[in-house]
Amino acid sequence: MSIETKEEFRPKIVAFCCNWCSYAGADLAGSSRLSYPADVKIIRVPCSCRVNPMFILRAFEKGADGVILCGCHPGDCHYSTGNYYARRRMTLLFSMLDYIGVENGRTRVEWVSAAEGVKFSTTMNEFVEKVRSLGKNVRLEDLRCRN
Amino acid sequence: MQELINRAKELLADGTVARVLGWKAGDLPYNPEPAYFEKEEDFENFVYNGFCGANLSKYMIEASKLEGKTLVCLKPCDTYSFNQLIKEHRVDREKAYIIGVGCKGKLDIEKIKGMGIKGIESISGAEITDGADTLTIQTLYGEKTCSYADAMLERCHVCKGKEHKIYDELIGESKETKDAERFDSVAAIEAMSPEEKFAFFQKELSKCIRCNACRNVCPACSCRKCVFDSNKFDSSQKANVDSFEEKMFHIIRAFHVAGRCTDCGECSRVCPQGIPLHLFNRKFIKDINEFYGEYQAGEDTDSRGPLTDFTFDDVEPGIVAERG
Repeated sequence: MSIETKEEFRPKIVAFCCNWCSYAGADLAGSSRLSYPADVKIIRVPCSCRVNPMFILRAFEKGADGVILCGCHPGDCHYSTGNYYARRRMTLLFSMLDYIGVENGRTRVEWVSAAEGVKFSTTMNEFVEKVRSLGKNVRLEDLRCRN
Repeated sequence: MQELINRAKELLADGTVARVLGWKAGDLPYNPEPAYFEKEEDFENFVYNGFCGANLSKYMIEASKLEGKTLVCLKPCDTYSFNQLIKEHRVDREKAYIIGVGCKGKLDIEKIKGMGIKGIESISGAEITDGADTLTIQTLYGEKTCSYADAMLERCHVCKGKEHKIYDELIGESKETKDAERFDSVAAIEAMSPEEKFAFFQKELSKCIRCNACRNVCPACSCRKCVFDSNKFDSSQKANVDSFEEKMFHIIRAFHVAGRCTDCGECSRVCPQGIPLHLFNRKFIKDINEFYGEYQAGEDTDSRGPLTDFTFDDVEPGIVAERG
């Protein structure tokens, strides 16, 4: 006897959150008991500018289906200007990923401050929904990392 | 070419320069290679012809560390790279004596071979002393001719201009070769559907053998320690094992030179597999122009590069999805 289970696709999402704003924003979402999908795995970085394009590619390689970068609002960076540089870099990287045929819904940048728990939770809900509709990431994954 | 040799010998003799950086004849009629010339008799092998595509500005990084001045022959597009290297403090302007050499477009031997011209014994018409209109090729199967423009490298069809951006003196004439728009090839790919784009790049990049020639030749890729040589990193110095690594290598390579790439086209010229690598660099240049204003790396030596600069009202990364 075999049991056929039809599991719903649960995407793996990596969220890079800056220590000063978005990570605290995620914390606030938690302490305010707002829910967001457990598919989101948060990686804390000192600043959104810390995120090297390689990190994003590496996340996809290791099996992420979507990558989101959250940082302080432009003008509010703890280090004054970090997120401005991150913004330019990510614009170019996302444009390049789009150019080689990776669906542009899999990447996103959102500015979330420490006071925006609600924004964090709605953003994550939206993003997970979007990635779920796109399905599994097969264009940028390393077959050896498939589980 | 004789004028160039005479002038180089003269400067070498009077001690203005300690060595000359130019091209010497290779073992085949179409593969001259970069070389140093330190004595008068070395000049027997000196060549400057339509096949001298190599950009010598990168060699000046090492030459800047040597004793004495180096005379370097730079084509118009190479001077952009040289300017960019000055901006990055990689070369010493005081150590270089730049002779701006004329350019009538550089030739791509693969294109000649692609026309079915095989068994090449000698090529005339590539000396660029005349109008550079036709090439006469002696092959094992007899004499063949082809138009100079048809055998030109892709980069020469979208030439940035024949004006030298930096030089001490100019020798030789140039001829305008631009006959296509630089971003047309990028725009054609952008217009494809994601599936088509993916299939196109999959097909091109799967040819990559990771010889690292594109990285080694690139004047902007001049880090002493390269991320692709790091043994902490699982794609160092080995062939790509899967499609992810192919894409990752090329995206990261292009990203590292984004905003600094002068679009000299050396990466595509040296690729032994014929991958159109300039499509990556040019995509970044096109995006930078669209999002942050027109910028040509190497145009000057003091402006800030687009990725080391920002404005308060830059576009948000969401633009990529919005523009569809």
